[in-house]
Amino acid sequence: MATLANTSPVRIQEADFDVAAELATLQAGRTDVGAVASFVGCVRGGTPGEAVSALTLEHYPGMTERAIEAMVAQAQARFRVLDARVVHRVGRLLPGERIVLVAVASTHRWDAFQACEFLMDYLKTHAPFWKKETTPAGEAWVDARVADDEALARWGIASANASPGAP
Amino acid sequence: MKLQLRYFASLREALGPGGELEWPADVALPATAGALRDWLARQSEAHARVLASQRLVRVAVDQVMAGPTTPLREGAEVAFFPPVTGG
Repeated sequence: MATLANTSPVRIQEADFDVAAELATLQAGRTDVGAVASFVGCVRGGTPGEAVSALTLEHYPGMTERAIEAMVAQAQARFRVLDARVVHRVGRLLPGERIVLVAVASTHRWDAFQACEFLMDYLKTHAPFWKKETTPAGEAWVDARVADDEALARWGIASANASPGAP
Repeated sequence: MKLQLRYFASLREALGPGGELEWPADVALPATAGALRDWLARQSEAHARVLASQRLVRVAVDQVMAGPTTPLREGAEVAFFPPVTGG
């Protein structure tokens, strides 16, 4: 991957991010990128009966960055990735706000789409963040979903985040 | 012998953020993350409830995802937390 030795492809921050600016960095100073695929996750406002007024994200400082960097390294090993960027916000977010950006640059689209989806499935089940919703009923931690473990399993990675049993 | 213990999310709300655990020099550390969880579960009613073996609790050792059989060494940082919900 064409990143500088001490520039991480991963940032954890409270502040919002500029999607266009982040995508632009994947092509800065190079013309070998033929495909940039990206995903943005946002805060949903909940169903009419259970409006979410805020989402608060906690994380494990130090581990979070390392964990996602390791996932990016795996994506590079599995797919032809020229560069990647992951930005994940923490703290108190409101409905409609951006939470996470995953972006991948490749020479062709298949690797870019695959690596992007792979990184999201991996992040959902292995990155140490925890979400807490604020609704009219009070605050409640969001439950992990078995469907996310199943999504990661489709890449051949055994996952037991929301499921019983050791991974 | 010391370990650095950390809790996150609902475990942190129930048990506090964690801190340093120390065992006398002549007492063996819990050998694995699972053994530590079992030891912690015996420390109070709140610990027993939150760390009960049937509860889904994940563990990291030295900031890397681990499991119940992951061995512990002197000075290790061990974190317990609910299933993750990022992204």
